[in-house]
Formats: sequence, structure tokens, C-alpha cells
Amino acid sequence: MAKEKEVQQKQPMPPVGAWLPAVALGWLIPGGGHFLLKRNGRGALLAASVAGMFVCGLMMQGAMFQPQSGDLLTTLINTGGFIGDVCSGMLYLLSVCFGYSQLDAAGHVHDYGTKFLVTAGLLNVLAMVDAYEIAAGRKE
Amino acid sequence: MPKMNLSHFEAAFLFSLFASVVMGVVTKRTDRDRLHYGIYTFVCFLVALFGLGWLMYFGHG
Repeated sequence: MAKEKEVQQKQPMPPVGAWLPAVALGWLIPGGGHFLLKRNGRGALLAASVAGMFVCGLMMQGAMFQPQSGDLLTTLINTGGFIGDVCSGMLYLLSVCFGYSQLDAAGHVHDYGTKFLVTAGLLNVLAMVDAYEIAAGRKE
Repeated sequence: MPKMNLSHFEAAFLFSLFASVVMGVVTKRTDRDRLHYGIYTFVCFLVALFGLGWLMYFGHG
């Protein structure tokens, strides 16, 4: 078991051309990397989940984070939240292009909405890592 | 964009559902294991949801 892990860790980095298109498409369109790699069922589930979570966040009028500097906690929360939002790819870009702008408001629904928007991006990161592993031949 | 007004439970339930599907899909190597892990994760979310809910209820006095 330990040897197997060691062998897995020593695997050389696959060529960029093998995984970059899947990862980039996976960022732009949630589940797109899996569609490119002919994992249509899994791609559809990922697309539905990430898009579903993002759209629920929009319908709950969640706020989008903007990077801010200040004390450590403010920087960490706002920059981390912004990165999470951006990781949704096309969903984030479209919502910003269409002028979605919601100020941070009081109330549990808005708060959940903000978390839904960030989590959609973070789930998309998981999908991108999975697409990378498939493209690199480390996973079926 | 239509507005959605959910209770804490409904929002947390939706969150658990979406997160469990993604975790199930990306974590395991066979479809059977993915399904099992997705259901397991979803149940864990719900147990934590009810557990923390009751904890806060009793903690609040």
C-alpha cells in the first residue's frame, strides 16, 4: 500500500498539452472537461450541480466578493471569496457581464446565496482536478 | 431573475445535495462506489445539520 502510494507520487508530470484543454474547458464550462474526455454522464452531473448551485446563489441574491486589502481577515475572506466566485468560469463571467451586482445585505437568505456562489466555484475546482487526473491517465 | 426565499433547512438541504453529487462524482473510481459515497456524504450532511440544529436548540436554553 505504502509502495503503491510512493509509485503514484513519483509519476512524472504529464505533458501540458494532454491536460490543459480539459482543465481550461472545465473552468470555463463546469463539466466541460469531462465532456471533452468523453465522460458525458459525469460531466452532466457536474454541470447540473455546479450550475444549479450558482443559479440558486443568484436567486437568493448572494453577494459577489471583490478583492480588498486591509487587515488579514478582510483580505483573506474577500480575496478567497473572489477566487471562489471566479472559479465558476462562464457562469461568473456571464453574471458580471449582465450586470449582476448585489451588495452584502443582512438576512440568512442573502448569506446562504453568497456561500452558494462561492461554493459553486470551489466545486468546479474539484471537477477540474478530476478532469486533470482523467486526462493525465491517473483515473478512468 | 426570480427571487428565492428559503428557510435555513431548505437552503442547507439544497447545499448538501449539490455538494454530495460533486463529491460522489469526483472522489471514487467506479460508478457503484461513486453512488455509495455520494449517498454517504449526503447523509453525513443531514446528520450534521440536524445534530447542530438540536445542539443550538439545547445550547440556547
